[in-house]
Amino acid sequence: MTEDIPQMDDPLDIPCLKHGAMEGLKPFIAAPIHQEALGFPGELVPDWKERALEKMAEMAETNRAFQIYLDTCVKCGACTDKCHYFLGTGDPKNMPVARQDLLRSVYRRYFTFAGKYFPWLVGARDLTEDVLHEWYSYYHQCSECRRCSVFCPYGIDTAEITMAARDILAHVGIGQKYSNEIIGKVHAIGNNLGLPAKALGATLEDLEEDIEDETGVSVRIPVDEHGADILLVTPSADFFAEPHIDGLLGYAKVFHEAGVSWTVSSYASEAANFGLFIGNQDQMREVSLRIKKAAQDLGVKRIIFGECGHAWRVAYGFMNTLAGPFDFLDQNYPIPQHILEFTWDEIQKGTFTFDKSKNDHIRLTYHDSCNVARASRMGDEPGGQFEIPRNVIKAVCNNYFDMERDTTHESTLCCGGGGGLLTDDLMDLRVKGASPRMTALQQVTEDHGVTHMAAICAICKTQFSKVMPKYGYDMDSILSVHQLVSNAIILTGQEIDDAEDTND
Amino acid sequence: MLGTIYALLFYVATALLVVGLAMKIRKYARTPAPLRIPVTPSPTTRTGVILRMFREVLFFESLFKSNKWIWAFGWVFHMSMWLVLARHLRYFTYDVWGWVAFIQPFGTYAGFAMVAGLAGLWARRFLVERIRYISNPSDHLMLALIIAIGGSGLTMRFVAHTDIIAVKAFMLGLLRFRIGDLPADPFLLIHLGLVATLMIIFPISKLLHAPGLFFAPSRVQADNARDVRHVGRWDNEGEQHD
Repeated sequence: MTEDIPQMDDPLDIPCLKHGAMEGLKPFIAAPIHQEALGFPGELVPDWKERALEKMAEMAETNRAFQIYLDTCVKCGACTDKCHYFLGTGDPKNMPVARQDLLRSVYRRYFTFAGKYFPWLVGARDLTEDVLHEWYSYYHQCSECRRCSVFCPYGIDTAEITMAARDILAHVGIGQKYSNEIIGKVHAIGNNLGLPAKALGATLEDLEEDIEDETGVSVRIPVDEHGADILLVTPSADFFAEPHIDGLLGYAKVFHEAGVSWTVSSYASEAANFGLFIGNQDQMREVSLRIKKAAQDLGVKRIIFGECGHAWRVAYGFMNTLAGPFDFLDQNYPIPQHILEFTWDEIQKGTFTFDKSKNDHIRLTYHDSCNVARASRMGDEPGGQFEIPRNVIKAVCNNYFDMERDTTHESTLCCGGGGGLLTDDLMDLRVKGASPRMTALQQVTEDHGVTHMAAICAICKTQFSKVMPKYGYDMDSILSVHQLVSNAIILTGQEIDDAEDTND
Repeated sequence: MLGTIYALLFYVATALLVVGLAMKIRKYARTPAPLRIPVTPSPTTRTGVILRMFREVLFFESLFKSNKWIWAFGWVFHMSMWLVLARHLRYFTYDVWGWVAFIQPFGTYAGFAMVAGLAGLWARRFLVERIRYISNPSDHLMLALIIAIGGSGLTMRFVAHTDIIAVKAFMLGLLRFRIGDLPADPFLLIHLGLVATLMIIFPISKLLHAPGLFFAPSRVQADNARDVRHVGRWDNEGEQHD
């Protein structure tokens, strides 16, 4: 594996083109059972070509972004060096414009004058089964992170084209196993893991005990508590994976100290919404409606989302459109609210006592997660999604250093595992796609001795804990932001037992 | 004869340009935007969006952040082109407006800057491996076409002068649906023929980036999803929004 890791001097080093470098790489195709559970045909339908073109025509008529983005590209090349998968693999089809062109070439052939009559002139091509499989491969080498869109003079967002292509593929019978299987579990059970209510309750009880063992204070993590004020919707990874769990402990301590009543729901025990990844609004809406139903059934006044990137995009940007209006919630609070907005508000009110030295063994940097950075916001001001997490980190951590500015904020690099690619069958791509981010991290390690990186996305955390060891870091070098909060917070009534750290 | 051919050519080209563009713009405006998808840095208000678009159109802000070479060539080309186009108003107006008269020298020399910018963009299509890869024949031809328009125009201005008074009389006639004579000057005929070609292909080519820019949801939507409910395909309240 090591020989496959790209060597980069700078995170944004542009590779020479390596034609066909990632050709044929594809995630497992969804089995009929996982396709049919979402209402898609089980396997490639005989009239796939007609259906694919019909779907494409429908998209052009019902989605302005799709139509505009296919029409307006002038092939200026501004985006060609902006994708982390291109930087990490050198495969020219991983350049954003080239990835769009895989679909644009077909759109032109069937839906534009120039492509119908002069296909050779404008790079138009027929839709064949080979093209479908090329789509399947390269549209699953895009994490829908939108970095290219920031740099495009027309704002063309490859994520929209990727989503459209995946939706077309699913509609003719070629869906992605990883995403579709997971969406099926959410419909059937309520979360990506397929963790049933009982197991969830038991897990959370164990975590309550862990907190009490650690602090001597009884902190609750309530499930399905009717009449609670706040419904916490968080990625199910927060219930079982590291470092996600430590973030969940942080939310619990924060809610406890703030003295609010809250609960998680076993019915909507998932913030993630993979309907976004497969580009299907109906699926995305169904998952969103579960959250609305849970909020109504439990009678909560507020909905707060835990640390999850794409979930926050859907919640912040789409939930109101898909499942709203949310007029039954307390309108004095943002709907929905991000856990970091909540924590930062309380920090400003002076609710918490922190011992920042508890994080002194950590020299930290922060990875802006793509969907939070480029597709949503926190707070009232533009850019709040960058300031608020950093403010919280600096309130609980003494040693903080930003990575190179070209790789943070709106220019942040994807972790390499977003957009439905966090599956072992794409590990090669994930490792290579992470290399720009890892190179930026290595720079701050060299310059400032940075040891850890924090993130606010379940996918980022899982991806980094897998790939960081390949770049010379321990797998627990990736942290949840609320894990740092959890480390530093001194709960009311907590015994300050460990005097051993105080005099070094 | 020549006058009639070119007159017809221009009437047809103008009709195709206007009708074609109008149809495209109508389509763009009527196609729904099911979700709110502004991309950072996104303003939270309508005024903010207008300012953002102003910076994009006038300064090519995103392109500047992206790639300084493409920005330099592209910006010089486009801004020079506006000057050149404005200068050409003198051939369609009588009396010539004061500001058009004033910009004549600037517009004239902008012609060189325009061709230089285009040449830079074209050179990149050959020299930069990534851009060579994404270029189709039409991308090369589009640059060739506009360079030829600029080149033939500059030739008439600086090398082989045409009877510009006769040309202006012809154009003023066209505007009043009177078809006059056109000088049989090869550079003039090439210049006008290529301009008509450009007008005709405008609505069916990547030149649609000009109107398209103003409809790109990632740029023209305000980031206010939590404050204003964006109604997409579902209103969830039993009313119909169309």
